Amino acid sequence: MPNRTFFWFILPTLTTMILFIALPIVSVFIQSLHIEHEQVILVSESCDPFGCTETTSVDTEATEKLRREQPLGRFNGLGTYINRSHLAFEEVREAWGATDTMGAFFSRILNLPFYKALAFTLTYTFVVTPFVLVLGLAIAVGINNLPKLVKGPTIFVSLLPMIVTPLVGSLILFWMVDGDGIIGATLQRIYDDNALSLKASPALTWIMLIVYGVWHILPFSFIVFYAGLQTVPRETLESAMIDGATKWQRIIHVIVPHLMPIVIFVTLILLMDNFRVFEPIVGFSAEAHAQSLSWIIFKDLRESANPLYSSAGATSMMTILGVAILLTPVLIRTWRDFRRRSP
Amino acid sequence: MATRAESRISPLVVISTALVAVWLVIAAFPFIWTLWGSFKVQGDFFSKADWRNALYGVHTIQETGNASTGAGYQGAWVQEEFYRAAMNTSIVVFFTVVISLTIGTLGGFALARSGKRYAFWILMAALVFRAMPHITLVSGYLLPFFEWNIWGILPTTIVVLVAINQPFTLWMLHSFFLNIPREMDESAMVDGCTRFQAFRYVIIPVMWPGVITTGLFSFLLAYNDFAVTSMLLSEQNETMIPKIASFLGTTQVEGNVMFAVAAVVSATAPLFMLVLFFQRQIVSGLTTGAVKG
Repeated sequence: MPNRTFFWFILPTLTTMILFIALPIVSVFIQSLHIEHEQVILVSESCDPFGCTETTSVDTEATEKLRREQPLGRFNGLGTYINRSHLAFEEVREAWGATDTMGAFFSRILNLPFYKALAFTLTYTFVVTPFVLVLGLAIAVGINNLPKLVKGPTIFVSLLPMIVTPLVGSLILFWMVDGDGIIGATLQRIYDDNALSLKASPALTWIMLIVYGVWHILPFSFIVFYAGLQTVPRETLESAMIDGATKWQRIIHVIVPHLMPIVIFVTLILLMDNFRVFEPIVGFSAEAHAQSLSWIIFKDLRESANPLYSSAGATSMMTILGVAILLTPVLIRTWRDFRRRSP
Repeated sequence: MATRAESRISPLVVISTALVAVWLVIAAFPFIWTLWGSFKVQGDFFSKADWRNALYGVHTIQETGNASTGAGYQGAWVQEEFYRAAMNTSIVVFFTVVISLTIGTLGGFALARSGKRYAFWILMAALVFRAMPHITLVSGYLLPFFEWNIWGILPTTIVVLVAINQPFTLWMLHSFFLNIPREMDESAMVDGCTRFQAFRYVIIPVMWPGVITTGLFSFLLAYNDFAVTSMLLSEQNETMIPKIASFLGTTQVEGNVMFAVAAVVSATAPLFMLVLFFQRQIVSGLTTGAVKG
């Protein structure tokens, strides 16, 4: 296709992507380098026979004016990145000096907001993803063995947890595991402990969110695997059977290698989607014990009256960096494929 | 044809079938339970004493004289004006799907027919954009939108959702157009059509299956979005999902959790219908790109 024609065809979609995805990233970056204005302080001296006292007061009008004229704030360089609520260099150094064991060091680090969120996001991503891959493959094999008549309805029911709005899905589960809900109340009766609540301890909260994550994304993985199973060559399977391979051996040595490209594709999508975990924390109201990177950005922006643009910007930039790191292997691979195809 | 050796019942088959059965219960039960419970009063749906109360509606009978009640729905739709949110959602979703399909089709077609290096780079950029958490972009929108005074209105949200949708739409339609033989539009051009005429008269008539599949996923993205709509819409323009989130704060305090339950069921119903009618397209859409490599 000639360049000219290509240009006109791609123009609308490229314009929206540049205006609303690429430029916002630039805008986020600029925001992260600035910080909100400090309040303008008025110093007034009042003297009486016993001496002079200085009183300070906030000049609301001047502050308003300054904020209106320069909504971005004042330049702060990388200051926001290294302050306490982000990378917290000072606190980390202090903790390193003050603690003797690695365990104590990490438990201090994990109390800092950014590291806390990072820890949860990574744990969530790297626990949910393998679980979903393995369970997805197992269920796909199971569905493949079902009689044709029940396959359709099975897939219909299975699609629901994935298709449902994440916030709605997490609410539906939350109401069941809540203290008064069917599962929560039953657990309380089993353990004979009326105060037992899944929201009470960090570990239980994390498990609850991870279970939700698996429930939500599992259909995607097994439906893709199920479709992949349809393309496994029959001849290879049959010759493996003739060679005396058991069903289990056939799965390990024939089906899994055949599905490998699909596994990579699914892993990529799962990593991308799990890394942005956000809605379940709102749905389960789990923010006391589990915060993700997306959630702390949301919280900064929701800060009533004065959204913390610089703080949100800094976290956003580091999140984008995280996504880029996750994606690098895939991008390199695709680039090599492309080079090989068109020398 | 299944051979005898294949259809023999082995432990593996038993285990995997059992796994499927367990999964089906886990997948379906929360929905059935919530749907059933949404017609009860709070004392039944959240019953500490006995979960069977929710089945028989003991408190519901005491309070309303009937085993099921529509009070939650009445409260959500009439008292809390959920219908406004439903209307806003339909507007946002409709325009997002239409606009993103229109420009996505053109772009996807161009990418599929151009073998140039820059086409590859556009696709790679789209993949990176696809991976970005939406909330990171939202933090870039807020300040400029406030400055330009376009925050809080539906058109802004629609344009933003269209943009966020584009990377995915491009990838999907690109791989779909690759499957339509190049010869079709090339022969039209030999017959004297311009590139756009070839697209208009040859490609458009055959592209609908792919466009419908892509449209379903655009619909889901716009409908399910929480990060963008909750941050970019003012209170009277709120769509359903942020509205439900705001229910959580207000109604929990007033003891009207059932409003939220009813709203949640109402918001799930259209998705249920979607899966019912378009199951095959959704499955094929999920697997596009995966199976074909």
